[in-house]
Amino acid sequence: MKILVCITHVPDTTSKIQFTENNTQFDKNGVQFIIGPYDDYALARAVELKEQLGASLTVMNVGESDSDPTLRKALAIGADDAIRVNAFPKDSLFVANQIAHIAKSNGYELILMGRESIDFNGGMVHGMVGELLGMPSISPVMKLEVEGDTVKMSREIEGGKEYVEAKLPLIAGCQEPIAEWKIPNMRGIMSARTKPFSVVEPVVEEGNSRVISYELPPAKAGVKLVDKDNVEELVRLLKNEAKVL
Amino acid sequence: MSILVYIEQSEGAIKKSSLEALSFAKAFSEKIGGGEVVAVALGDIADDELTKTGTAGASKVLHVKDSRLTSGIIQAHAEAVAQVFNKIGAKTLVLAKSSLGDAVAARLSIKLNAGLVSNVVELPDTSSGFKVKRSIYTGKAFAQTEMTSENKILAVKKNAVPLKTDGATAAVETLELNLDDHNFSTKIISTDKATGEILLPEADIVVSGGRGMKGPENWNLIEDLAKELGAATGCSKPVSDIGWRPHHEHVGQTGVKVAPSLYLAVGISGAIQHLAGVNSSKCIVVINKDPEAPFFKAADYGIVGDAFEVLPKLTSAIKAIK
Ligand SMILES: Cc1cc2nc3c(=O)[nH]c(=O)nc-3n(C[C@H](O)[C@H](O)[C@H](O)COP(=O)(O)OP(=O)(O)OC[C@H]3O[C@@H](n4cnc5c(N)ncnc54)[C@H](O)[C@@H]3O)c2cc1C
Ligand SMILES: Nc1ncnc2c1ncn2[C@@H]1O[C@H](COP(=O)(O)O)[C@@H](O)[C@H]1O
Repeated sequence: MKILVCITHVPDTTSKIQFTENNTQFDKNGVQFIIGPYDDYALARAVELKEQLGASLTVMNVGESDSDPTLRKALAIGADDAIRVNAFPKDSLFVANQIAHIAKSNGYELILMGRESIDFNGGMVHGMVGELLGMPSISPVMKLEVEGDTVKMSREIEGGKEYVEAKLPLIAGCQEPIAEWKIPNMRGIMSARTKPFSVVEPVVEEGNSRVISYELPPAKAGVKLVDKDNVEELVRLLKNEAKVL
Repeated sequence: MSILVYIEQSEGAIKKSSLEALSFAKAFSEKIGGGEVVAVALGDIADDELTKTGTAGASKVLHVKDSRLTSGIIQAHAEAVAQVFNKIGAKTLVLAKSSLGDAVAARLSIKLNAGLVSNVVELPDTSSGFKVKRSIYTGKAFAQTEMTSENKILAVKKNAVPLKTDGATAAVETLELNLDDHNFSTKIISTDKATGEILLPEADIVVSGGRGMKGPENWNLIEDLAKELGAATGCSKPVSDIGWRPHHEHVGQTGVKVAPSLYLAVGISGAIQHLAGVNSSKCIVVINKDPEAPFFKAADYGIVGDAFEVLPKLTSAIKAIK
């Protein structure tokens, strides 16, 4: 079986978010980039499936050359080869078209993604690729087992989960507890250096949305502390001042 | 021009988030000076439930009665909504962000050749072009986004507009669609869902507990307060990781993102990954015995104290004002 995992190259979850150029550019200064946490779950499950089923595992990213270390890390975790589509990821539609093109050319049967990217939080790319390729797209997936050509999954719904079955080929947007995040070991890091890594040019596709400017939420006014022996005061404030009761 | 709203049901009742999406569509139609708000409902659902969409702003509900659509099969819902959208000649589709809504909207955007913006937090600005403000970086920032396609899909975040309830009723029309079997190739085998609980992503008040609660046997303190407030219960990630609470209660960057009017955090330190899931809350109250807990920096109100002492008192104080 051929598995493709699509990963994002995103600011670490502890990053302070700031913008430059008159609030039109993300400020990368001092920001550590990582594999998106949900993509990391997808990758971890893919590595397990690879071992279990003897599959091949490709990772891909649509991004500029600063994504390369992130893709290398995915190779160190256990992917066999990496593809980077050399383009700034303009919007979800643009990214989805690039992924669909690569997926179609190489015939992947199982495409795993994260439930959402943690920069733009769209949760859209898997569904778009599914529609572009005519495959089912299931998200957010918390458990995924492959039995022959059937994939058994549990999918999170509000307040619980549902158990879903579909046939390969398919696309899943993953989240925990699908697998435990994997940390690359020394052997993985060494072998990642020589694994196939291709950089391809994007297929020409337009997006249909564009960020004009960014803004930060207004700063909090500061906490109002209430004495622990006077909880009635807190209730009064919530009722009369904050008006949330 | 009609605005179509995709509404979801849970156990035969229209979800509150879908009523919010209707209110959003209605407010938007008023802002741009007209346009009928039409709801589309899929699968088995009672007529008197459907007419309720009127209170939130729908003038009409198109009901696709096909029973196969009662459960949320992503591809089938996308195909059905696309057919309805084209049939009524809508240009804009509004829906609430949800586990099903997100997945359906993404497929629809390709089917309808429509731009899709998710996490919309306020009404679009149509003074020049079509601009939408959405929340990004898990609530840490916003982006003004311009949509250039003719058809548009907006997936709306909770609390983007106030829920409208003016008591009007909507007319229900049934609609037959031709849905090919291949749309139903994904099978939902079973569902495992807490019933009768207030759903966390929809709740107006959330009471959350962290590792400071010491163990699952103490959660009655959280639950009692939640019950008194009509709130949903949440927790921090380590709490669901150790299995004290179910995974669907885990709030934060890698869990549920909530946007209630009131978020009460008890025995949670306030790590940045937890804050990412709650920073859209209107008012945050923190109860923690450590005055240096980072959560106090993100809070509106706080009590420095032991949860085991403060919670029972707070529950009684809430009871007293009812
Ligand atoms: C990639 C990544 C993603 C993550 N995603 C999430 C996420 O989505 N959600 C999330 O929550 N975390 C997430 N985390 C984990 C996060 O970093 C913190 O470890 C976690 O939020 C801490 O949980 P806690 O506050 O319950 O526990 P602790 O940090 O152990 O805090 C317990 C708090 O309870 C207080 N306390 C103790 N006893 C009492 C008492 N008797 N009364 C009152 N207060 C008391 C303590 O003072 C302390 O502040 C993520 C981490 C990573 C690396
Ligand atoms: N630029 C990208 N390169 C590769 N995969 C991506 C990219 N953007 C999004 N994805 C994949 O699509 C998933 C959902 O992303 P999004 O729709 O942006 O929330 C992510 O978790 C990734 O698996």
